[in-house]
Amino acid sequence: MSLLSVDPLSVVFPLRTGEFTAVDQVRFSLEAGETLGIVGESGSGKSVCVSCLMGLVPSPPARISGKAMFKGVSMLDAPAETLRKIRGKEISMIFQDPMTSLNPYHRIVDQIAEPLRIHEGLSRKQARIRAVDAMEAVGIPEAEKRSRAWPHEFSGGMRQRVMIAMAMITRPALLIADEPTTALDVTVQRQILDLIKTLQREHGTAVLFISHDLAVVADVCEHLAVMRRGVMVEQGRTADILRTPSHPYTRGLLNCHPALHQAGDPLRVMPELLESDSPGAP
Amino acid sequence: MKGRGAAAYSLRRDAWARLIRNRMAVAGLLLLCLTAGACVVGPWISPFTYYEQDLFNTNAPPDGTHWLGTDELGRDLLTRILVGGRISFAVALAATLVSLVIGVTYGGISGYMGGKTDAVMMRIVDVLYALPFTLFVILLITLFERNILLLFVAIGAVEWLTMARIVRGQVMGLRQQEFIEACQVLGYSQARTLFKHVLPNVLGTILIYVTLTIPGVMLLEAFLSFLGLGVQPPMASWGSLIKEGVAQMEDAPGQMLAPSIALSLTLFALNFLGDGLRDALDPRRTEGRR
Amino acid sequence: MIRFLFHRLFFQALPTLFVLAALSFLLVRLAPGSPFASERELPPQTLEALNRAYGLDQPVPVQFFRYLSGVVRGDFGPSLRMPGRTVAELILAKLPVSLELGFWSLLYAVFVGLTLGVLAAVKPNGAGDHVAMTLALLGICIPAMVMGPVLALIFGLRLEWLPVMGWHTPADRILPVITLGSTYASYIARLARGGMLEELTRDYIRTARSKGLSEAGILVKHALRGGVQPVVSFLGPAAAGLLTGAFVVEQIFFIPGLGETIVNAALNRDQFVILGCVLLFGSFMVFFNTLVDVALAALNPRIRMTGGKGRHEG
Ligand SMILES: Nc1ncnc2c1ncn2[C@@H]1O[C@H](COP(=O)(O)OP(=O)(O)OP(=O)(O)O)[C@@H](O)[C@H]1O
Ligand SMILES: [Mg+2]
Repeated sequence: MSLLSVDPLSVVFPLRTGEFTAVDQVRFSLEAGETLGIVGESGSGKSVCVSCLMGLVPSPPARISGKAMFKGVSMLDAPAETLRKIRGKEISMIFQDPMTSLNPYHRIVDQIAEPLRIHEGLSRKQARIRAVDAMEAVGIPEAEKRSRAWPHEFSGGMRQRVMIAMAMITRPALLIADEPTTALDVTVQRQILDLIKTLQREHGTAVLFISHDLAVVADVCEHLAVMRRGVMVEQGRTADILRTPSHPYTRGLLNCHPALHQAGDPLRVMPELLESDSPGAP
Repeated sequence: MKGRGAAAYSLRRDAWARLIRNRMAVAGLLLLCLTAGACVVGPWISPFTYYEQDLFNTNAPPDGTHWLGTDELGRDLLTRILVGGRISFAVALAATLVSLVIGVTYGGISGYMGGKTDAVMMRIVDVLYALPFTLFVILLITLFERNILLLFVAIGAVEWLTMARIVRGQVMGLRQQEFIEACQVLGYSQARTLFKHVLPNVLGTILIYVTLTIPGVMLLEAFLSFLGLGVQPPMASWGSLIKEGVAQMEDAPGQMLAPSIALSLTLFALNFLGDGLRDALDPRRTEGRR
Repeated sequence: MIRFLFHRLFFQALPTLFVLAALSFLLVRLAPGSPFASERELPPQTLEALNRAYGLDQPVPVQFFRYLSGVVRGDFGPSLRMPGRTVAELILAKLPVSLELGFWSLLYAVFVGLTLGVLAAVKPNGAGDHVAMTLALLGICIPAMVMGPVLALIFGLRLEWLPVMGWHTPADRILPVITLGSTYASYIARLARGGMLEELTRDYIRTARSKGLSEAGILVKHALRGGVQPVVSFLGPAAAGLLTGAFVVEQIFFIPGLGETIVNAALNRDQFVILGCVLLFGSFMVFFNTLVDVALAALNPRIRMTGGKGRHEG
């Protein structure tokens, strides 16, 4: 049995001007320890799709339908209390913008320690000790000293490390990373990706990695899914897809990426795709 | 005012349409017009005056001649409430106008000049903000003869601070926009640019704040009159009428209730109208609200 | 924190107080007419003697600094109308009652306002929200001078549940405190609701939810801190409003507070009493605003670090 199987998932937002289907009959599955990357342009429904699995999409107004099983629990209709016990313990999530994802009013160490306090009932002191260890593990220098700092005293890259430490501290079976490197500059991006890869291997965590950057995903993930306008247009092993993309959209994505691009072919942009960006956005 | 942009004009028409669709706001507007209209017209057609005493008919309950009864000195309560309403509305309008003129000019200049001038002007506002204003008004009343005109000015003179801040913020935002630069390129004088092109675009915000100032001023006048520091007898205002009513509360609660209701209803009306205006003039806000 | 407080005190509080003192003193001294003018015309010699006795024959700046040095030592000068009484005496006799009334009212306003506002924000547009916001609207549109008599009429005179006169027993406090505090409770409820709703849209609330924190935990541990900041900012103006608003409530419920002293002084044109009150209330406001800034800094590490700056607008 898969760790996570989504079969299928749809999310519809009612708008004043009708309805908008953000996620349309998406299916995929993920084994323990596996890495799956989801790529797609901005507005293609990646965030909505994975947030749904975490129960982070308020419904109503959204209409969520389908089936998503995680370790035998139906994530779309389990009681709130059950979901709460899974969130942060079995499934953790890191977000795109590390600048706003941390609470400015809490010390770094307490934010990292919070999942332990919630799920393992540790005392503040015990949790803090483990949090400092976790900070060291994600490569924050002088962890002991910096643990008492506030988020605004950290740089973006450091904050994302904090987010990762916080997400990994309960040793979750699944880590969902929603564009964790998009808001960072290139050198820092590299470091964060390496960190995620290392931790993934060490702990055997399954990773659902979201990005609009094919190169990033190809680097981290064995498996790949391509989303467009709420529909999953292609999925399979990363290597296979890169070699023989079947959907024209994937080919387009590949073509405009110099790094993954076969030598010799001319580099192209996707005028047709650029124009049709963010369909139905209000 | 001439010289407003076409965009501002159509925005205003849209805003009006939105306001008219808001039922509570329309109710508020109607209620306000009704009350104000009654206060203006009522005393003329009333067979009684606010000062004429009838010591043989004091504290009378409502009847066909005295619709709301009479007070302690036999004066017609309804007439007194209507005359009192005149005072309340007049003070509110006049003081708001004074605060508007000072606040808009001050804030406009501060925001338009920017830089050091702005810093100094706003620092002054900051300091003034920390003064106990109600007492300051009482001090002014103590020092000068207690006349109603002074009350207008005193209240207006202390109420302009927030207006100045708001206008300044808006003007600063506008200053960077292109049509203002165009004015400078065309060689218009600064004063002309400020008063004819910048301020009209801030009108919506000013209007919203005015609907907040009016009830504030009205309450301040009522507060002073209640304490006996506002209008002088036999003249009445809602504050002084409530005060007189409280003295008779045990035997004739109506004398307290009638002016109280007049004051509260007006405040309700202003509140609904203000909320409606805010939603109408700033449609972005509406989506986030309730 | 020490630096922050120092900065706040010496660059904001003291200059503000000085400006207040100078402004009001000048107003008093430059106002037309002698402070001793009354119905009865005084002979010129008497007037001159009085002026000399009160030090009013000196140039205005000298008078001002004399007055100021007195104020610093707690001497607000003599009353011009009650021979032999000092302004400080007159004020101190009544101040405690007014302060107590203001204190309970503020406590009531904060407690009721925060409760209503937070409850409303938990489920926006829900039944609780509508009830809370309707109550807030009522509180804002029914001023103390209306609410007080109406409450007194219903609960005092008609139902005879609560006393409506005096300031002796705890029960005496109930109606005046509700009367004075309700308007501010209403504003606080609106501010708390708005602040909480805004806070609940933040990204870090989503983070907290993704950690598996319960909704109540999110509210208390993550949203409250930022959500109450508008309320805390409002406490300065609220305290000032409560102190002056107390005058009306004192009159309605026959409470022997400062209100009567001030009204009588104003009617008698006893200028130094009013001047003393202006300065006293000004000091309260400055003190309270400093307190509010300290509280905001304590709530928000970003303000604490950067020193003086960072007071919220509006
Ligand atoms: N609460 C909502 N109500 C209405 N529409 C929404 C809501 N949340 C998301 N959408 C819409 O769903 C679509 C998909 O959004 P989503 O955030 O999943 O995109 P994404 O693929 O993550 O893009 P990005 O790369 O920019 O993060 C967008 O068009 C967005 O406008
Ligand atoms: Mg996204």
